[in-house]
Amino acid sequence: MKKTYRIEVDCANCANKMEQAAGKVDGVKAAAVNFLTQKMTVEFEDGHEEKTVMQAVLRVCRKVERDCEIEF
Amino acid sequence: MTRKQKKMLLRILVSAALLLALQFVPLTGLWRFAAFMVPYLIIGWDILYDALHGVLNGQIFDENFLMAIATVGAIALGLSGSGDYTEAVAVMLFYQLGEWFQGYAVGKSRRSISDLMDIRPDYARVELDGAQEETDPDEVVVGSIIVVQPGERVPIDGVVVSGVSSLDTAALTGESLPRDVGEGDEVVSGCINLTGLLRLRTTRAFSESTVARILDLVENASSRKSRSEQFISRFARVYTPIVCLSALALAVLPPAVSLLLHLPPQWGQWLYRALTFLVISCPCALVISIPLTFFAGIGGAGRCGVLVKGSNYLEALAQTDCVVFDKTGTLSRGVFEVTEVSPVHMTKQRLLELSALAESSSAHPISQSLCRAWGGTVDHRRVGEVQELAGHGVIAQVDGITVAAGNARLMEQQGIAYTPCTAAGTVVYVALGGVYAGHILISDTLKPTSAQALAALKGMGVKKTVMLTGDGAAAAQQVADAVGVDEVHSGLLPEDKVMQVERLLQQQTGRGKLAFAGDGVNDAPVLSRADIGIAMGAMGSDAAIEAADVVLMDDDPMKIVSAIRISHKCLAIVYQNIIFALGVKGLCLLLGALGLADMWLAIFADVGVMVLAVLNAMRALHIGKGDKQ
Repeated sequence: MKKTYRIEVDCANCANKMEQAAGKVDGVKAAAVNFLTQKMTVEFEDGHEEKTVMQAVLRVCRKVERDCEIEF
Repeated sequence: MTRKQKKMLLRILVSAALLLALQFVPLTGLWRFAAFMVPYLIIGWDILYDALHGVLNGQIFDENFLMAIATVGAIALGLSGSGDYTEAVAVMLFYQLGEWFQGYAVGKSRRSISDLMDIRPDYARVELDGAQEETDPDEVVVGSIIVVQPGERVPIDGVVVSGVSSLDTAALTGESLPRDVGEGDEVVSGCINLTGLLRLRTTRAFSESTVARILDLVENASSRKSRSEQFISRFARVYTPIVCLSALALAVLPPAVSLLLHLPPQWGQWLYRALTFLVISCPCALVISIPLTFFAGIGGAGRCGVLVKGSNYLEALAQTDCVVFDKTGTLSRGVFEVTEVSPVHMTKQRLLELSALAESSSAHPISQSLCRAWGGTVDHRRVGEVQELAGHGVIAQVDGITVAAGNARLMEQQGIAYTPCTAAGTVVYVALGGVYAGHILISDTLKPTSAQALAALKGMGVKKTVMLTGDGAAAAQQVADAVGVDEVHSGLLPEDKVMQVERLLQQQTGRGKLAFAGDGVNDAPVLSRADIGIAMGAMGSDAAIEAADVVLMDDDPMKIVSAIRISHKCLAIVYQNIIFALGVKGLCLLLGALGLADMWLAIFADVGVMVLAVLNAMRALHIGKGDKQ
């Protein structure tokens, strides 16, 4: 399953770091953050609950940028 | 302005006012320190917090860290003697102001680019049992009947069931002339319905409709990074640690050397210079402006009907020095038309009339083009017995005259003496009652802008143009001479075209790139083999869109010229920004190290360069008239 979310990220470099960090989260097959369109695309692995995975993704993203927001 | 930006602006204003007020309050010692800490913490607490947060999470050496070190250092200098805290607060203030401005400018640019490509329909008006209902386009099933009112955007690809209207296709093709549609015509999503009410039967789901595919292409384009962007991110990764180490060296080495030479070490002065050095060094102008330029370039190109699938392709386009064309459908229209009528003893119109009538029972494209050229309506009562001779032509009774129309073999078979015609194309020889009456030449016509496009490409530094075609040598050479290509290869099968392109790729020298332009009909392998595959007028062909790197929304060859021109402009801006930002940074770093620039100048240099670079990047969005033509 692949889904796109609105993300609020303030700097281009942070977007790259978030992409890397989110890709390592358990249950995420691949993640991409597009700074210019402010969108995050996450491809989930089978058998994982979207909501719990996204909470973990948000946690790692907040490690990069404290006030980052993802709408899910 | 977002809520975040408003809050930040308030913090900037409050701390600026406090800082200004403190200039007039005579405080000394620790009281002075405490007083200055108020505006400092108001403006800078998040930077300090983020810097700490970054260090704890293993993200050292980011901008926050640089600013925290620089200002805390400046405060330490004040505490240890000078009592000057204004500078630390001011530097933090200007940094935040710069960040605020950057966020505002980038956000605004981003929105103006997205607005440009905002062709996503909000709803589709579905007709069900006579009632209309506004539905999410995603939920409309293929085969539904939708209604599009004047002024609305067509949400999903479909076929007109009833209604007549004209459509504004500018958002898709950049073409300003409206297109007229009526019952039975195909309509692509993204067009705006201008005049009449249209009822459509959808032929695709929304996600496969033209508009969704275009948006997908453009939004994903910036994830394919260009070499310049990769250079910048690699650069930023090594740059910050190097700058931090240099600053440390600047703070420690000169005083140490002075001590060894028994001179006063001047710790304070060198620490200050090191901190200035840190402030100047922020690489944000580069990091933000290069991707923004590409994004703007891709957005601007999209507006004139050129879809570029990634920044890397935009970059490659700018380096194109060899363009290979497919003939049919690319340089020529792929439509056969009568181009020459040479009768022996009658008017041209009469010859056309007789041959059109003779061929009227056939559905062959040749008979259709004869009919078009004649211009009259076929009255089948005038045509008597028709004898079709496969591979030769027809012999028919028209108004009681025996008309033989066909190729040279027909003439020979019938034993009719004729004058052979050697021009390229399909020749129809006509004989009336067994006597040769003249010939009609039917050939593929060139697109009106082909020659102009080739001339323009030459003028833009394209060194070689090549035409590949499956047609015979004579026809190919004629087209080549008319449009002015350098090299022609004729009689090619689709797999031969791949081989030709591979051979040409091997001949490429240096950084020059090879572009292949085709109409997408059975040349998908060539499109993917070339450095840049350009598919023309291919919004209907999935294979071509998949294989191509650049998709032209209509089939005008001048669009290739526009695409390359846009890429040149975009790349010029990228290089300007790299050179400008690095140049100013380098100069300021040098001045800072020598003690000629203070922290004020440093922060102005940082913010100023960034603002100018962002403004310059936005130029890529504006495609002038000259770029379009």
